[in-house]
Amino acid sequence: MSVSQEVSPLIRPRSKILTRFGHELNWGDFVFRRVTASLAMLMLAALAAMAAAMVYGSAESLSKFGLGFVTAQVWDPVRDVYGALPFIYGTIASSLLALCFAVPISIGVAIFLSELAPAWLRGPVGFLVELLAAVPSVVYGLWGIFVLAPWLRNSVEPLLARTLGFLPFFQGQQRGFGMLAGGIILAIMITPTISSVSREVLRAVPSSLREGALGLGATSWEAVRVAVLPYARSGLVGAIILGLGRALGETMAITMVIGNRSEISASLFAPSYTMASVIANEFSEATGSLYLSALAEVGLLLFVVTVLLNVVARLLVWRVGRLPEGGSL
Amino acid sequence: MLARRNLLVGLLLGLIACKESQPAPAPSATEAAPVLKQDEAVSLTGAGATFPYPLYSKWISEYNKLNPNVKINYQSIGSGGGIRQITANTVDFGATDAPMKEDEAKQASGKLFHIPATIGAVVVAYNLPEVTGTLKLSSEVLVDIYAGKVKRWNDPKLKADNADAKLPAKDISVVYRTDGSGTTAVFTEYLGKVSAEWKEKVGVGKVVRWPTGLGAKGNEGVTGQVKTTPYTIGYIERAYASQNKLPMAELRNKAGKFVAPSIEAMSAAANAVEMPAELVVSLANADGEGAYPITSYSYLLVYEDAKDATKGEALAKYVWWGLHDGQKFAKDLDYAPIPATVLSKVEARLRELRSGDRKLLSGA
Repeated sequence: MSVSQEVSPLIRPRSKILTRFGHELNWGDFVFRRVTASLAMLMLAALAAMAAAMVYGSAESLSKFGLGFVTAQVWDPVRDVYGALPFIYGTIASSLLALCFAVPISIGVAIFLSELAPAWLRGPVGFLVELLAAVPSVVYGLWGIFVLAPWLRNSVEPLLARTLGFLPFFQGQQRGFGMLAGGIILAIMITPTISSVSREVLRAVPSSLREGALGLGATSWEAVRVAVLPYARSGLVGAIILGLGRALGETMAITMVIGNRSEISASLFAPSYTMASVIANEFSEATGSLYLSALAEVGLLLFVVTVLLNVVARLLVWRVGRLPEGGSL
Repeated sequence: MLARRNLLVGLLLGLIACKESQPAPAPSATEAAPVLKQDEAVSLTGAGATFPYPLYSKWISEYNKLNPNVKINYQSIGSGGGIRQITANTVDFGATDAPMKEDEAKQASGKLFHIPATIGAVVVAYNLPEVTGTLKLSSEVLVDIYAGKVKRWNDPKLKADNADAKLPAKDISVVYRTDGSGTTAVFTEYLGKVSAEWKEKVGVGKVVRWPTGLGAKGNEGVTGQVKTTPYTIGYIERAYASQNKLPMAELRNKAGKFVAPSIEAMSAAANAVEMPAELVVSLANADGEGAYPITSYSYLLVYEDAKDATKGEALAKYVWWGLHDGQKFAKDLDYAPIPATVLSKVEARLRELRSGDRKLLSGA
């Protein structure tokens, strides 16, 4: 397609650069476009460099353990035997547990703030929720050690064991520290992210939809359920993915409460371990090339798991967006 | 300035007059050592162990008051990091709790000296609301607790050593350090020394595969868990237990005595163990009536042959100062000073420090 023919001969082009739509382009736009494109490329390059560095760093471990690294459960630096399955399990399980707590709360907060709250309340409450995101994770961790874990040990876990103890999730020694504490800490940390993005998404829903639903005699709940949520669905999934990303990568707070034991257990009371935690805990004191290489491979795995979960999430957004009754943003 | 130089020359002359007098005075910058000028600004960087960090940072600030031209920066990034950085020559000195292994030493660009700089202890802290007296632990029971064999506080083995204490019928909640640390290395070294089974099944190291318990991050993490959780036992550096007023168990030493982790007991352990020529020795389960069994040296790592003579000389003098004048700060910070017998060997080693053919401590 030769675009130059479409330019009227009556107009003398100031520059010979044309966009793909045939409009002429001035130099300012040209420079702006190239600069922003190179910035975007820089991010891609950084990502590629990171991946390459991790593959390079974990070469020794990759060749020694192969796929067995992902399926083995023993992590023993004394004998130079490394298996990462408990860390993979711990990372995914704690993040999903966190989503179970955080999603209903966050969506509820977002619906309240965008649909129901009186105008004077929206600003302050929204601000306070977002303030939670600014609390350093070490503070959450310390709160976890001194407040959350004792509370779980003395009140919540005995109660769960009494009432739901027949389930494998609520059995074993009640120590406060463990998967449950890790999931709760993560949930508190990702709630502000999910709720503030969700609120913006809900705000973007056209008022005509709400008004239409209300005009047809819907209650506020019905208006939200029938008109607002379907329209905002893909945006809400995006908000949840953002929260999930933060939960997967969170290190400090969860390290302080999850119990740091490389074992896989169905019980939420049992200690667990995450990929980010094991790197943070062991890298600074690690000596020996295989040990360092194994830790680098854990980093690589965290990278892979994050990318995979994001891809799954994108597919989900794409699929949700195509559903006939759902609007799209 | 001139007066000070005269004083130093006088000191040197005095030194020559009374050859090899006791105690050895600190080497001083005089005409004999022309590389480091009196006021030349030197900055040194070190990295390594977190265990002696409070003492090293005290040394650095005190030394800087005496020698404003020498700026020292110590990063407490952990022993492993210290070894990696000194091996890669990115810092001027390293520090480590566990001595370097042979394959680690091979990777260094030159010969690294281990300089024992201070002595620390790892204590067993516990939270037993019912028990008012001090808990007594034999090495067998301690190993069994960490191996998951002694599970309850009222286990007959524990009762045997603590006849007076009202031990509760509760589960023992075991806490260990999850991050790689010299503290864990020192503690497992002791467990491995008193139990062949431990050495074989679990092993000794900065991170081991604990048979039971919960992992906490850092001394502060273990301290926090012991403090907030009743019926918990954990091992931490002495300073953390004493500052947080946690009760520390008395351990039965090799001589069969129950000993509390006092500074005197740490010194007793150091005095009981002969320091070999390479200046690296384990104090775990030391002989001696009063010796506390989980005691350890912490080492500075210095290249024998300094690439930069100016920095090398400044470093040698700083280390010399730390091992003499610096030792008086040890006790307040929960460390024990280096015993005199060991100090004379360390002095001899420091005099071997050189840059090319030139000895760095020529004044001593």
